[in-house]
Amino acid sequence: MGKGLGKNEKWQLPNEAVTPEAVFRQRRRILQCLGLSAIGASVPLGVQAGLSEWFGKPAQAERKALTYEGSRRFGIRDTLTPEDKVISHNNFYEFGTAKTDPQRYAQELQTDPWSVEVSGEVERPGTWTVERLLQRFPLEERIYRLRCVEAWSMVIPWLGFELRQLLEQVRPTGRARYVAFQTLYDPKQMRGQSSRAIGGGIDYPYVEGLRLDEAMHPLTILSLGLYGKTLPPQNGAPIRLVVPWKYGFKSIKSIVRIHLTEQRPPTTWNQLASHEYGFYANVNPAVDHPRWSQASERRIGEGGLLSARRIATEPFNGYGEWVEGLYQGMDLRRDY
Amino acid sequence: MAMGSGSKDCTRGWIFAVTTEARKRRPWGLWGLKSALHLACGVPLLYLWAKVAAGAAGGDPVQYIIHFLGMGILHTLAATLLVSPLARWLRAGILIRTRRLLGLWCFTYAVLHLTAFATLDLLGDLSLLGSEILKRPYITVGMAAFVILLLLALTSTRGMQRRLGRRWQRLHRWVYLVAVLGPVHFWWSVKSGNLEPALYLAAFLALLSLRPSLNPAALWAQFHQQRAQFRQGKRR
Repeated sequence: MGKGLGKNEKWQLPNEAVTPEAVFRQRRRILQCLGLSAIGASVPLGVQAGLSEWFGKPAQAERKALTYEGSRRFGIRDTLTPEDKVISHNNFYEFGTAKTDPQRYAQELQTDPWSVEVSGEVERPGTWTVERLLQRFPLEERIYRLRCVEAWSMVIPWLGFELRQLLEQVRPTGRARYVAFQTLYDPKQMRGQSSRAIGGGIDYPYVEGLRLDEAMHPLTILSLGLYGKTLPPQNGAPIRLVVPWKYGFKSIKSIVRIHLTEQRPPTTWNQLASHEYGFYANVNPAVDHPRWSQASERRIGEGGLLSARRIATEPFNGYGEWVEGLYQGMDLRRDY
Repeated sequence: MAMGSGSKDCTRGWIFAVTTEARKRRPWGLWGLKSALHLACGVPLLYLWAKVAAGAAGGDPVQYIIHFLGMGILHTLAATLLVSPLARWLRAGILIRTRRLLGLWCFTYAVLHLTAFATLDLLGDLSLLGSEILKRPYITVGMAAFVILLLLALTSTRGMQRRLGRRWQRLHRWVYLVAVLGPVHFWWSVKSGNLEPALYLAAFLALLSLRPSLNPAALWAQFHQQRAQFRQGKRR
């Protein structure tokens, strides 16, 4: 592990760098008005509230406050993406392919009780309930960039613990080389799984995978919350993977199974279009998606439509310092 | 059968009522129809604006806006292509006079779609826009369709029609190509799930086949006729 990831002062988040949520909301409201006027859609707040009501939004699933210790951001100084954008712009095809579908259709998802089965090449296979995970592994805040393969990005304060903590508990056998993950399969709750037209023609359940050393990397976390509270269903409640140096689709949501294997496991987008989505899917500005450029990205931040910025995409999403050692001797143009 | 002709009669009756006024040189009927079409094409834009302003199009509505405007192009294009078959079927030639306004609405949606992509997604990075047009097949296809629509919009005035004479007709048949390029661009742009674009492509091919000049059966018959004539000529 070339560079250890101890409590290094470089990653400690100074208190003043965190914006309290109340200030966030207030700032957000002001900027929203400004942003709207920028596109000529300036409306009084009252009218806006009326319009919102007219379009309707289902009651949002309740989110509980979580306790956590410490916050690290790994050199990322970017402004956080406001919470209301993080929870209303999601790719979760199990609920539909539009960015607004998950927030609209995921609220009824039963996330409690929930358990994750850990199986395969491990000495101590078993089932872990979310309560047990929370009891066993203290949560920490991780402020990570999320770079979507569609060339937009966010900065999100996740709450979670390192996946390696769990893996160390279950003890991978000498034959374990890969870790496979699986999302819940329940067509009754997930409308996209009951209809190919709604679910974007994907074969469910959604599956993802990492090499064992990637899974053991301290940057790889299992997240159970964001912005101080449990995850909303649209963001992958109650438990999801976050791998910040890879495209977002690797960070599989609503996990029910973690399976260690000797062979490389199949992964959903790679199976669907292997020339467009590789197994590794490391963020790489030098390798374009066949249909669009990956050299830059739209950063979704505060403010309205035109206040977004287009910024250069960094190799490994800016985490190269910590992860490039994993890929020494590999041709990342071929193994994209 | 009976139901089909019944609804046809009913539609004909309705169109007759609308067009009689026009025939009497009191074009209220045509004026009313045109106003209704302007309203039908414009209201979706108002809806889009309201949805974005209300924050009901998601935390980052860029993709929603671009997609919405793209669908607007396809729908107005379909309406434009439906005019002449409908006029022929209903024997209401006056309907042709609604075609230009529908075509111009289609062009309006195309301008907005391209502008939204360039300003909201690429954020005005024109060099990126240029390289994307050249490097990405689906954007190349979309851009080609846009250039055709631009030419058709520029030559849509009566003056241009007069000036171009027979060439005008030939130029404006290029809209048939747009009717294929549009759905192909849609198909190519989605990450997965090609069902919807496939349905659009099928619908446009069906719309094109309604034209005598593009109808497969008519073309086949024409081919046979010509072959027969050719053989007859040979025998003599």
